[in-house]
Amino acid sequence: MISIEGLTKRFGDTTAVENLELEIRSGEVFGFLGPNGAGKTTTLRMLSALINPTSGTAQVAGYRLGEDDQALRRNVGILTEAPGLYDRLSAERNLSFFAHLYGVGDVDGRVERYLKLLGLWERRSEPVATFSRGMRQKLAIARAMLHEPPVLFLDEPTTGLDPEASRLVREFIEGLRGEGRTIILNTHNLDEADRLCDRIGVLNTRLLALDTPAALRREVFGSKVVFHLADLRPEFEAIVANFPFVDAVESMDAKLVVTLDDPETHNPALVAALVNAGAQVQFVGEIRQSLEDVYLRLVGNGGTESERGDET
Amino acid sequence: MNRVYRIVRKEWAEIFKNRFVLFTVAFLPLLAALLPLGILYFVSSSPDFAADVGEDIPQEFSALCNNLTGQECIQYFLISQFILLFMILPLAIPITIASYSIIGEKTTRTLEPLLATPITTAELLGGKGAAAVIPGVTATWLAYLVLVIGVALMGVGSGVMDNLLDPFWLIAIIVVGPLLALTGVSVAVIVSSRATDPRTAEQTSMLVFLPILLVFFAQMAGLILIDAQLVLLIALALVVIDAGLMAVAVQLFQRETILTRWK
Repeated sequence: MISIEGLTKRFGDTTAVENLELEIRSGEVFGFLGPNGAGKTTTLRMLSALINPTSGTAQVAGYRLGEDDQALRRNVGILTEAPGLYDRLSAERNLSFFAHLYGVGDVDGRVERYLKLLGLWERRSEPVATFSRGMRQKLAIARAMLHEPPVLFLDEPTTGLDPEASRLVREFIEGLRGEGRTIILNTHNLDEADRLCDRIGVLNTRLLALDTPAALRREVFGSKVVFHLADLRPEFEAIVANFPFVDAVESMDAKLVVTLDDPETHNPALVAALVNAGAQVQFVGEIRQSLEDVYLRLVGNGGTESERGDET
Repeated sequence: MNRVYRIVRKEWAEIFKNRFVLFTVAFLPLLAALLPLGILYFVSSSPDFAADVGEDIPQEFSALCNNLTGQECIQYFLISQFILLFMILPLAIPITIASYSIIGEKTTRTLEPLLATPITTAELLGGKGAAAVIPGVTATWLAYLVLVIGVALMGVGSGVMDNLLDPFWLIAIIVVGPLLALTGVSVAVIVSSRATDPRTAEQTSMLVFLPILLVFFAQMAGLILIDAQLVLLIALALVVIDAGLMAVAVQLFQRETILTRWK
């Protein structure tokens, strides 16, 4: 659905995005993670044909950048960083204006559908100036969806929203996943990216990492498995360390913390070896690193105490 | 064309909810129509004042009064002093509307979603331009119509009416007016691309009035005489000036420029 080839954007001497190479599949929810100024918004602007790349190109929804930008824009929806709504106009008027610009057929029907879908129908005639931040964001999402584009760009969709409004927006995005749309999400909210995205690209001018959230954790920290034992004897650590697929073993309290590849495959062998050596294995858990730790490691801010992770 | 129409409708729905813009669009044309009528009424009812004015009429202007009586010449002289106000209207109104419209889009950050639609730059600029030019030109023409009807109702001589409807004044109102409105919009777009506050943009754009005011005062002082030749010269100059200003305005209104350089 989106094919990015060496996309680069420079503003004078400053490089905002450098040599971005990426394929995003149809129906995928893809997240760009990165610090402020990492080039996330610039990337979305280039992909929605708002600004031109300095070099490289991309194909979005079947249209190549710079060849038929009008058709490309017709096939993408964008939620910009700021909702950007006309405060003096009603919610209904805001949407119908954009529906006409996108050439939507049944404007009234489509506007009604999205206002109802986002719970704004009752307030449709009121000026947007009277809306809360969450309502504005929902209206801006409705505007991005109005022409039902196959590709949707969401730039920081929950920034500045209270937890309840954030949850509503997240649920709406989750609902869109079922419709088979390709969604590209820029976010600082790592929990949101973890929950919503099939894959994540960590961007800091260049693409630093690209994979599923789970695979990124493994790539950065490896998989850590905790064996809870009734009695921890010193030889157990050596027995586990002898396996070639084990990268590291650490004993603490009545637990063995083992770093290894592919725990699903190798855990049974480790459990069998420990039981044969006389260990009483009470239960086995996995330490799940937060995406925040992965992100901080990747963008070069070093590790934190929380890198010990949470056992699940 | 449909998109241009939608932009115009949206602009009017939004901008005319702004009291200051509404005041400018309604008040200035009223002033331009009623001020000369009031003075004309005062002169008609005060023969002494009319006589004083008669002594101040420049000789060049008297040459235009060939077929008018003395009283009619005074009335025509007074009206013609204020007809230049009708050159200021099509500048002032579009500048006010365009300044508020463009800066409004900047401050509320509505330009990016708008530019993300399939609308072309020409459609967007055309819509915004039309939304500013049409009220300015319409208000000017209506105000001139009010002036003509008012003069007719006051029972001035037919010679004055003939002069008021002289082709050169009509060219000034019908041709030069819209050209000035285009000048106003282009200047407002250029200034608005750098300004962050509509009042500042409007006030800076108003500098474009200076040449018109110079002509106005030069005429009052009897230094120049506005005739058909001068009006046509102004119209031709405006065609060239507008073409240049519009080229600059379109360049500043490119998507990338707006999103990355407009502050």
